[in-house]
Amino acid sequence: MSDSDKKKPNRRDFILTATTAAGAVGVGAAVWPLVDQMNPDASVKALASTEVDISSVQPGQSITVIWRGKPVFIKRRTQDEIDSARAVDLSELKHPEKDEDRAKNPEWLVMLGVCTHLGCVPLTDKGDYNAWFCPCHGSHYDTSGRIRKGPAPTNMEVPKYEFVNSNTIKIG
Amino acid sequence: MSDHEYTPKSKVGKWFNDRLPLLTLANHLTDYPTPKNLNYWWTFGGILTFCLITQIITGIILGMHYVAHADLAFQSVEHIMRDVNYGWLIRYVHANGASMFFLAVYIHIFRSLYYGSYKSPREVIWIIGMLIYFLMMATAFMGYVLPWGQMSFWGATVITNLFSAIPLVGDSITTWLWGGYSVDNPTLTRFFSLHYLFPFLILGLVILHIWALHVPGNNNPIGIDIKKPSKDTVPFHPYIVIKDLFALLIFLIIFAFFVFFSPNILGHADNYIEANPLVTPAHIVPEWYLLPFYAILRSVPDKLLGVIAMFAAIFVLVILPWLDTSKVRSTVFRPIYKQFYWFLVADVLILGYVGAMPAEGLYLLIARVATAYYFAHFLIILPFLGMKEKTTPLPLSITEPVLGGSTDMAMARNNRDFKERL
Repeated sequence: MSDSDKKKPNRRDFILTATTAAGAVGVGAAVWPLVDQMNPDASVKALASTEVDISSVQPGQSITVIWRGKPVFIKRRTQDEIDSARAVDLSELKHPEKDEDRAKNPEWLVMLGVCTHLGCVPLTDKGDYNAWFCPCHGSHYDTSGRIRKGPAPTNMEVPKYEFVNSNTIKIG
Repeated sequence: MSDHEYTPKSKVGKWFNDRLPLLTLANHLTDYPTPKNLNYWWTFGGILTFCLITQIITGIILGMHYVAHADLAFQSVEHIMRDVNYGWLIRYVHANGASMFFLAVYIHIFRSLYYGSYKSPREVIWIIGMLIYFLMMATAFMGYVLPWGQMSFWGATVITNLFSAIPLVGDSITTWLWGGYSVDNPTLTRFFSLHYLFPFLILGLVILHIWALHVPGNNNPIGIDIKKPSKDTVPFHPYIVIKDLFALLIFLIIFAFFVFFSPNILGHADNYIEANPLVTPAHIVPEWYLLPFYAILRSVPDKLLGVIAMFAAIFVLVILPWLDTSKVRSTVFRPIYKQFYWFLVADVLILGYVGAMPAEGLYLLIARVATAYYFAHFLIILPFLGMKEKTTPLPLSITEPVLGGSTDMAMARNNRDFKERL
């Protein structure tokens, strides 16, 4: 063995390495479909966007719609709620985000109704900020959906959405 | 299991091995002495193991997306084909994999028949193998029902109705199998459950099959006893492993041809029509691998006797080690049996062909002759031939034809004594 160790790689070594490499690529190519099949399929991806009619939502009212299987809160905020959200000093926030960035149209707050702690759905008009409160582990969110108190690490997520017209929001 | 005691080199290995001797098992499988003259017909054991694992993995995946309900099954299969990422590939591998599995198992069985691998001391290996084969047929049949197409439905109807031939309790048994008064949702859900279970039973039997094989060791193309390990053997790894892998590669090329270039050629177009309990397709046939038995079933004009003949065709294989009275294993040394062997191969192929044809006229006549010959081969020809046939001289060892004699005198004497007894 010690003799052959010192030798330069010979043709057998080359064949072994090449075969092993080709085999590894082949096995990888065969395994990938077995893994990828668990990713969202075409019928799930087809549901990637949802259009919501918001014409009947009154100021102060919040509706919950389902997008990609998750609840989305669409809140028509009152002027008081907008003011209190915009008055907050960013240094007070655990996850500093301006309300202006979270709600392009200040009257409408659209966000995923999923607590960023462990995924429960927070209750509306509850908690220390009279906005959202998660009953699972006591996270308090303000009128902009920002985390203020409790274990959740970040603000509730704002999904990609747009106003198709003044009465319709397209989420996704 | 191994002839020599094995001690792991590392301390941790030894500590673990003393508590669970997995390393001893791995060492046994690596060093396992294998006859050095095994030809490519011996690579199908490894190929079959690959087929079983492939079917289990793709099957578990299909089970993640399939819905076992009479109203949803057909759609869910189309969902797999169109929506699920690589679903078309996984389903085609599973469906064609069943055919490849049977192709390999038929070659494996006929290998055994040619080289006498079912004979003493390997009868138990053979019987376990036949149990595996039987479970494979049941599993494949139930799997074919799951897509809930026209062939699924009417195949299930015909096969379950076989049991109605049983006197007195036949109808009750059929109703019990169906969970109703016809093939319907309860039948589908229980078939799904059992189709998921059986492959794991097969896996268990495969482990027993290999265990039973490792007691006497492999038979070989000249079918004589050899001493293990000796100059007549090579270690399983790397010699047989590499040979098996190479054969698997060739097998996979054929497999891939079906999957990628003609994935539906082995199936039936009618199974892409959703099951309809009110309309039977004009011509219904089982999958190709069940055709010989289907031909035997249809060649008998009586309902009960037809069913009995079909099951007897399988049972006669189970008792084969006692029907073949010849002590010489390999067909290489049995000039007359060799001809009958090829007659049997032709007979089974003919049965398969007429099984796919309508049961009328000339086809029916051919099916009857072929059925009669099938049973005659096992029940008449084999027992008598073994007693009458004059076999050609056996070599004393695998190396004898090349080197002029075994290096092991005791073994050579055994084989010579054995020859003289004949």
